[in-house]
Amino acid sequence: MRDLLVHFNKAFESKARLNIMSVLMVNDSMSFNALKELLGLTDGNLATHLRALEESGYLLIQKQFIGRKPNTTYSATDPGRQAFTDHLNALEEFIKNL
Amino acid sequence: MYESNEHLQTLTEIRGLMERSSKFLSLSGLSGVSAGVIALAGAAVVHLRLRTDWFSLINYQRLELYSNATHRQIQQFLLLVGVTVLVLALLSGTYFTVRKARRQGLSIWNMASRRLAWALAVPLIAGGLFCLALFHYQLIWLAFPSTLIFYGLALLNGSKYTIRDVESLGYCEVILGMIALFWPGNNLLTWALGFGVLHVAYGLAMYYKYERNTA
Repeated sequence: MRDLLVHFNKAFESKARLNIMSVLMVNDSMSFNALKELLGLTDGNLATHLRALEESGYLLIQKQFIGRKPNTTYSATDPGRQAFTDHLNALEEFIKNL
Repeated sequence: MYESNEHLQTLTEIRGLMERSSKFLSLSGLSGVSAGVIALAGAAVVHLRLRTDWFSLINYQRLELYSNATHRQIQQFLLLVGVTVLVLALLSGTYFTVRKARRQGLSIWNMASRRLAWALAVPLIAGGLFCLALFHYQLIWLAFPSTLIFYGLALLNGSKYTIRDVESLGYCEVILGMIALFWPGNNLLTWALGFGVLHVAYGLAMYYKYERNTA
């Protein structure tokens, strides 16, 4: 049982981070507000999780301006996609082996 | 045991999020039913006005019998009915879909619905202009099957961004349109089948599949 948990990714320990990654897996890019609405998180909470994922190199931040409004979009990097897939596989194995 | 339940729940949640974030799932079955009923009403109006039986109407040869002035009148009448049906169907369809999204507590204008709208709009506008051109060149009998084919292609294109079942409806419309192309005497019948009967059947199927329990 213990060795199954080895493949669990520490970065995805929080459910919010796992949810962010799952949204970015199927969408090329997503704006901060769209993520907030989908996940039902507060600004500060979402920003913290996004920063943590960025520091792990799992997502890419693009800042741009639409008119005068700043618009920040996020997309998953290849290592991020790989890590997410590995984590899901581990989760699946874990459930199967119970 | 508790932990496995938690992981299962996590997986379900991820699945739901992936679907919800990439697809517009608030499309209501009732939208289909209302659009279908409106199309059937439109077909009935045309049928009554031209007072011919369902099987010989808007046949190429038949239109030849009319004088030029009547011909133009019929053309304008058909165009008017067609546009009215389109506008009413869009309005009622939007109403039921907006209502469903409200009930689900989801937003209507998000990434997914924008992508769906775009995927539908491109083939629909191209097809609409094509059909207007056919009308312009007096090829009315060709315009009917063309609306079916282009509408079907638009649905196929949009089905990636919404409920999967829209794809089946799209295939049905395209196939029906192709049949109509080579069966030109029955334009109104195939048109009523495609936009009326198919929509009602699809709408009811969707309603019972996804909404009966939540409505």
